[in-house]
Amino acid sequence: MVAARDVVTSLRDRAWAAAAEVTDPEVPVLTIADLGVLRDVTETPDGVEVLITPTYSGCAAMGVIAIEVELALARAGIPGRVRTVLTPAWTTDWMSEDGRRKLLEYGIAPPGKGSGRRALFGTDEVACPRCGSDDTAVLAEFGSTSCKALWRCRTCREPFDYFKCH
Amino acid sequence: MTTTSIKVIETPLVLFTLRRADDAVILGHRLSEWCGHAPTMEEDMALANMGLDLLGQARSLYSYAAETEDGGHDEDDLAYLRDAPQFQNLLLLEQPNGDFAVTIVRQFLYAAYVDPWWRAMMASTDPTLAAIAAKAEKETAYHLRHAAEWLIRLGDGTAESHRRAQEALDQLWPYVGEMFEPGDEAGLVAAGIAADPAALRPAFDATVASVLDQATLRPPASAWAQRGGRQGRHSEHLGFLLAEMQHLQRSHPGAMW
Repeated sequence: MVAARDVVTSLRDRAWAAAAEVTDPEVPVLTIADLGVLRDVTETPDGVEVLITPTYSGCAAMGVIAIEVELALARAGIPGRVRTVLTPAWTTDWMSEDGRRKLLEYGIAPPGKGSGRRALFGTDEVACPRCGSDDTAVLAEFGSTSCKALWRCRTCREPFDYFKCH
Repeated sequence: MTTTSIKVIETPLVLFTLRRADDAVILGHRLSEWCGHAPTMEEDMALANMGLDLLGQARSLYSYAAETEDGGHDEDDLAYLRDAPQFQNLLLLEQPNGDFAVTIVRQFLYAAYVDPWWRAMMASTDPTLAAIAAKAEKETAYHLRHAAEWLIRLGDGTAESHRRAQEALDQLWPYVGEMFEPGDEAGLVAAGIAADPAALRPAFDATVASVLDQATLRPPASAWAQRGGRQGRHSEHLGFLLAEMQHLQRSHPGAMW
């Protein structure tokens, strides 16, 4: 016998599924679920509350992401609101394996694992997302968005983005 | 929203939070002035990125100050509708960009102080401040590394870059002392809400000594400290900065993007 909850998708699950489809406007291959920006969905008396957390303090994408989540809920016919939470602080360790694979396929080197200071400032060994070579070098610590640095591959000579550890 | 200045109810916690928000917004604004003018494209983006981090930190802090004050103000009111004497940022941060060496030395001195400060603030008994700190300390760690690398390159570079870096260091050094003064915040330190700034001086001194040594720069001998920022007594530069930063909201109250 199948319990009712396995058959009837809960409001929370439907809301999560809708919000999880929202992509990062600056890295469009990643959903906010892949990134770990989507933290939780709770049911409220009037619908749902979706909790998101910023990657960087000044991430310019957060405002757009909040609007996109509200629109996704509206399209799914779910009344709800979005709330930004700061704790616990986001780290690149929350990025899903699926997210890392999608980043690599998109041409962005995924962040190293381990958000401790050793990962932040340890020996940077970043493989080229295009040819896989380890013979790479940093060009600029601060790249096209807060979360990325600009690197170059010495083997295939291509520049590429690296999603920084955070 | 009106064009007239607001009056903030300055409880110790509101004032403490406002001061750090003022630090972040003022330095963030200074860095934004480099946009399109930096020596290289990569550095233009680096300075803008660091400015963006600081504006993000300022927004979190102003929002929390507004929430704590509970006086009907929001983050924009606090940033745009206070006058220079109400701003209580460190004097170092309002100093003009000068040449690239001045900007880098200013960034280095602030980052060397604030990176361990934010790390200490992660243990604050105030959960919101601890949460803001957990993000800010990673950001400032990148800022410190970037500024230190540049300072080493400038100091240990050409005769001209060395001369300019040393002049910038000598010029800005008097603003260091203010960062470590407990001022009127001893009560918040005792309550575990604020990090004790004096306890962070050894870490700052060690960072500075190591980087200046690699940069072949001479540590300034004078320990004389210019004070006043935390009491709202500013150099002439802050008024000009605020005139530009606040102009739009003062002229078009409540204007939004």
